[in-house]
Amino acid sequence: MRLRIYYPVIAAALLIVVLHLALAATGKTFYMTQITMSAYYALVVIGLCLLMGYAGQISLGHAGFFAAGGYTVAVLTTCNLNGLRQTPLVEWLSRLGVLVSWRDLYGNEVLSVSPWPAFIAAILLTALIALAIGLPVIRLKGHYLAMATLGFGLIIYRLALGAKVLGQADGISGVPAFHLLGELQINGRTPFRIQNYYIAWSAVLVAMVLALNLVNSRVGRALRSIHQSEEAAHSLGIDTYRYKLATFILSAVLAAAGGAMLTHYNGSIGPSEVTVMKSVRYLAIVAVGGMANLWGAMIMGILLNFLSLRGVFGSFDDAVFGAILIGIMLFAPQGLLRVPKLQVLTSLLSRRSHG
Amino acid sequence: MNLPQIMQYGLSGITVGSVYAIVAVGFNIIYNTTGIINFAQGEFLIVGAMTAISLSHVVPLPVAILGAVLITTALGGLIELVFIRRVRDASVLRLIIVTIGLSIVIREAMLHIWDEKPWSLPYFTGTSSTTVSILGAYISVQVLWVLGVSAVIVTALTLFFRYTTTGRAMRACSDDRMAARLCGINDRWMVTLSFMLSAGIGALAGCVISPITQTQYDMGATLAIKGFTVAILGGLGNSMAAVAAGLFLGLLEALVVSQFASAYKEVVAIVVLLLILVFRPSGLFARRATSVRTA
Repeated sequence: MRLRIYYPVIAAALLIVVLHLALAATGKTFYMTQITMSAYYALVVIGLCLLMGYAGQISLGHAGFFAAGGYTVAVLTTCNLNGLRQTPLVEWLSRLGVLVSWRDLYGNEVLSVSPWPAFIAAILLTALIALAIGLPVIRLKGHYLAMATLGFGLIIYRLALGAKVLGQADGISGVPAFHLLGELQINGRTPFRIQNYYIAWSAVLVAMVLALNLVNSRVGRALRSIHQSEEAAHSLGIDTYRYKLATFILSAVLAAAGGAMLTHYNGSIGPSEVTVMKSVRYLAIVAVGGMANLWGAMIMGILLNFLSLRGVFGSFDDAVFGAILIGIMLFAPQGLLRVPKLQVLTSLLSRRSHG
Repeated sequence: MNLPQIMQYGLSGITVGSVYAIVAVGFNIIYNTTGIINFAQGEFLIVGAMTAISLSHVVPLPVAILGAVLITTALGGLIELVFIRRVRDASVLRLIIVTIGLSIVIREAMLHIWDEKPWSLPYFTGTSSTTVSILGAYISVQVLWVLGVSAVIVTALTLFFRYTTTGRAMRACSDDRMAARLCGINDRWMVTLSFMLSAGIGALAGCVISPITQTQYDMGATLAIKGFTVAILGGLGNSMAAVAAGLFLGLLEALVVSQFASAYKEVVAIVVLLLILVFRPSGLFARRATSVRTA
């Protein structure tokens, strides 16, 4: 019976292939670029869904974690250590094999950290930041938590705007492709479009499997009990603080992974990824998806980000997400997919995801 | 630093501090009657100032300000009637999310109405170069307006909550909503009133600082986070303490600006906020673990 929760994953994998074929048949393969980007944003949303929907903790700082991942890989893979070749640290790193030498757009030789170690460093650093922030902050509730995470997001934003090493208002560009394995690489150039479509979706599906596993386990039940009544959960011997903290770190790590991969894909990252509005967007998407609904969050994460990236909302982009927040809370607090009229369509999916 | 310099920085600190205090008082009014934090509080200031700026092209300044305050007050009431009241099984999380959504929609609406340009109201008296000298420091007359209006707002609110029937009814709702309802107080109306009141004083504060700081559509968020910092510093719900906390934050920012680069100014409030949330969430002035709530 436990395997039943993974059926939608298989269905999703099939749909992804069908979508590819449909796009190829209609000559709209250029949509795949935005779908790929949306998929990376969906990673953030999946993480936030775990935190908000299942553990019931609000975060207005997830763009900060996204940026922590993105900026770390951007800095590490573009910093030129050529001039420091003789220093013991660089020599040691080079002997460890974490450095790579390549040529940038202008043909200059660059010695920098290679993408895999940079990616791992980004994940570890973000986990560390989330731990440091989470330790004190996750004790807070309701609007205190909202404001504290908002404050964290604003600090990261100011840092991105102010620090020279982070490129200030220009951000960091010229981030190299991420060679995953053999021929596979996260690369935004057109020849790599199709393989990147599948790389991004694989990342999303892996995250989904992990998340589904988590919410259908002992930990998931503990989290849901915390959401319903923290006192009751506590009285049953659940270490609510530890569970909340662990979920906070996990969701930060997912955001960082999305940020790091998207930065490689785009070849750049800038302060616009760190604004409060970005954090609010992720929150809106989780709300539309139905809070404690991983599939809803993922689908909405892809859909809304795709529409936004295609510029469908025009100059009303931010307003749309604000209106979504209000509308959902007023009319469909269980999420768009649980509106009675749509229920028939989604009952299969949603029942299973709750296994 | 010599005395005039200290005075100069001190006065500018007190000026912005008193504005933060007004924002915090706005937070408190709504928090006291509903138990929620209105994330759109900062937007009320900007809506007020923007409306006054537009009106000032057609009518005299005092009328424009009065009109702006009335319009914003109505907007506050409308927001409560149309949105807040309709949230089903209203948990704190849900209400926070609604007010976040509202703040964004209002901000974007302002972007489309008044575009990205910073606007400003004319100086209430004199021009931008009219100054008075206090202990060697030169300050704009508008600063006196800000301080005066802030003092009037806080005093009037204190009197309102203490001596009028409506004010007392609002306080009763904050103490125990069910009991207030049993006494025949229309608690729903009190919630609407609290949104109107806090929108109105927000608009007035927005108008008074507009000549000094100018007004841009997206300034609300910064004001809100600073106002919230101040509200928490003073202890949520405690408006008198919020005034002290507002002046404290304003002076602290002025101190940081005088000693370091002004780029760090924005970070000060956030750091203070995080510190206070971690170490003393019930506020600086709370005597016990649970703070005493006085409106």
